[in-house]
Amino acid sequence: MRTIFGGERRTGSWPRPRELLILSALLALGAVGSGALPRRADAAAAPVQLLNVSYDPTRELYEQVNAAFARSWKQRTGQEVTIKQSHGGSGKQARAVLDGLQADVVTLALAYDVDAIARAGLAPADWQRRLPHNAAPYTSTIVFLVRQGNPKAIKDWPDLVKPGVSVITPSPKTSGGARWNYLAAWGWAAQRGGDAAARDYVKRLYKNVPVLDSGARGATTTFVERGIGDVLIAWENEALLAVEKLGPGKLEVVVPSASILAEPPVSVVDKVVDRRGTRAAAQAYLEFLYTEEGQEIAARNHYRPRSAEAARRHPFPKVTLFTIDQAFGGWQKAQAAHFNDGGIFDQIYAPGS
Amino acid sequence: MGDARRGILPGFGLSTGVTLFWLGLVVLLPLSTLGLETARLGPAQLWAVVTSPRALASYRLSLLASLGAAAVNAVFGFLVAWVLVRYRFPGKALVDALVDLPFALPTAVSGIALTAVYSSNGWMGRLLEPLGVKVAFSRLGVLVALTFIGLPFVIRTVEPVLADLERDVEEAAALLGASRGQVFLRVLLPAALPATLTGFALAFARALGEYGSVVFISGNMPMRTEITPLLIMTRLEQFDYAGATALASVMLGASLLLLFAVNRLQRLTRARAGMV
Repeated sequence: MRTIFGGERRTGSWPRPRELLILSALLALGAVGSGALPRRADAAAAPVQLLNVSYDPTRELYEQVNAAFARSWKQRTGQEVTIKQSHGGSGKQARAVLDGLQADVVTLALAYDVDAIARAGLAPADWQRRLPHNAAPYTSTIVFLVRQGNPKAIKDWPDLVKPGVSVITPSPKTSGGARWNYLAAWGWAAQRGGDAAARDYVKRLYKNVPVLDSGARGATTTFVERGIGDVLIAWENEALLAVEKLGPGKLEVVVPSASILAEPPVSVVDKVVDRRGTRAAAQAYLEFLYTEEGQEIAARNHYRPRSAEAARRHPFPKVTLFTIDQAFGGWQKAQAAHFNDGGIFDQIYAPGS
Repeated sequence: MGDARRGILPGFGLSTGVTLFWLGLVVLLPLSTLGLETARLGPAQLWAVVTSPRALASYRLSLLASLGAAAVNAVFGFLVAWVLVRYRFPGKALVDALVDLPFALPTAVSGIALTAVYSSNGWMGRLLEPLGVKVAFSRLGVLVALTFIGLPFVIRTVEPVLADLERDVEEAAALLGASRGQVFLRVLLPAALPATLTGFALAFARALGEYGSVVFISGNMPMRTEITPLLIMTRLEQFDYAGATALASVMLGASLLLLFAVNRLQRLTRARAGMV
């Protein structure tokens, strides 16, 4: 029997070289064609992948957000979407994006870090006005974590500078989270007695800090595992998570009378989504964070939701909150005055001071 | 046999070319960006960055702790190598494998492990602290971490040299009336010294650039326990690439100088031992 390739059919034997050649040519043509042609015909069906570059403690939050968003996006558009996550220190993550990590969206700890991405031309300068609430879909604040029974009776900021109280907080020079801690302390003291009082207060506070860890998770480890210090200054969501993970009966959360409104911002990375053609999905992903479903997930992960309804379902303790814009005139100013080299934090540790 | 115009070594031109190209690609190319980044600072700014009090304090700590750690490793590495070469004992294979562990472990892991052991509620720290010895979150902790990560270098460079030494030489020395101390000082030490120095230099260079293990155990207190790599990281945190590379260049220059000096010393000792 003759085959279509003109050879004799040899049952059970390997295809001949000529047959292989023709077959592979056909396959190659098919591959080229499918790559070039049908893209427009069924764009919705082609799966899309997003990369969310985030900071350390949001891992659990975004695992849940990603699953929920993929479901909702599939329902709305019929398109499969998978979201990859990358986590690390906020500043380190921003540098990775600056150095070419192809992030479709960034969800970082500080607007200052997203500003750096915008300054490099990867996003517009007004990125923070593109989404509601300063582009921060959920918030948190800075609270204290103390040991069970609160042996040093720590109730509010003045208790942290008492002699004999040991305070754990990471270095604001290396940790974005620690900058929120520092600014919360400064802002509280400045409201009371102005900048001079704040400077004095912060200086006394850091005198009580025996160890400056390089990151927030390291500081939590120092406090919880090594048993060092009487109080850990921490993000509320991290403090609540630590209590939840370690089981009640070991740690207590103390909410001070006033603290800073921590607004971790999110942004599309325009240059990347335009190049990859993922803008629609990336945009929808961030907007999803503002939906009732997204807000519910944030609240369940101990972030304060923006939505009043989610806030009613998950009540957070009352605390007077000030924003970085009110108290410091924005991140750029705060960073320059306090944390850049030669800034106030360095002066605290200058020789002879 | 062959072409008379060719050199004695076959393939010399080709292998030299490949060597230079490879070194250039892997070592010089990335390092040249250091120079380029640093050049973006003016001379005055550059000087201010590399001579700030905190930078000076960190050089002092990084250099002294690295030197100290390399010295400790030179002495005890020599001993461990000696024991591994000359003695048989149960579990020797395990000890041999343990030596390489600091190479394989991510340094952050070793840093966390060391901190757990030496902090005031760790099982070593608990014993040391009543004696007034504070290891974790002190300069001593930096020394301990750098000693840990540098451990394999001396052992692995000295081991083959000691293994090559013939026992006959020592026996001959003993027969000629040399005491044990003399045998060690006159016979063993000169032979093993160049390798020990190499190990010392490698451990030192490794310690200078170490970041991961130290940040956990040092406590990172400004002016006291900040190592230079940490200051470089804080510069990067401000998106100050030029300032970071300026500090890195200082480190690089210092370690190049020291490595060069150790190489010279090594050649001298080798010459004195009559092994050139």
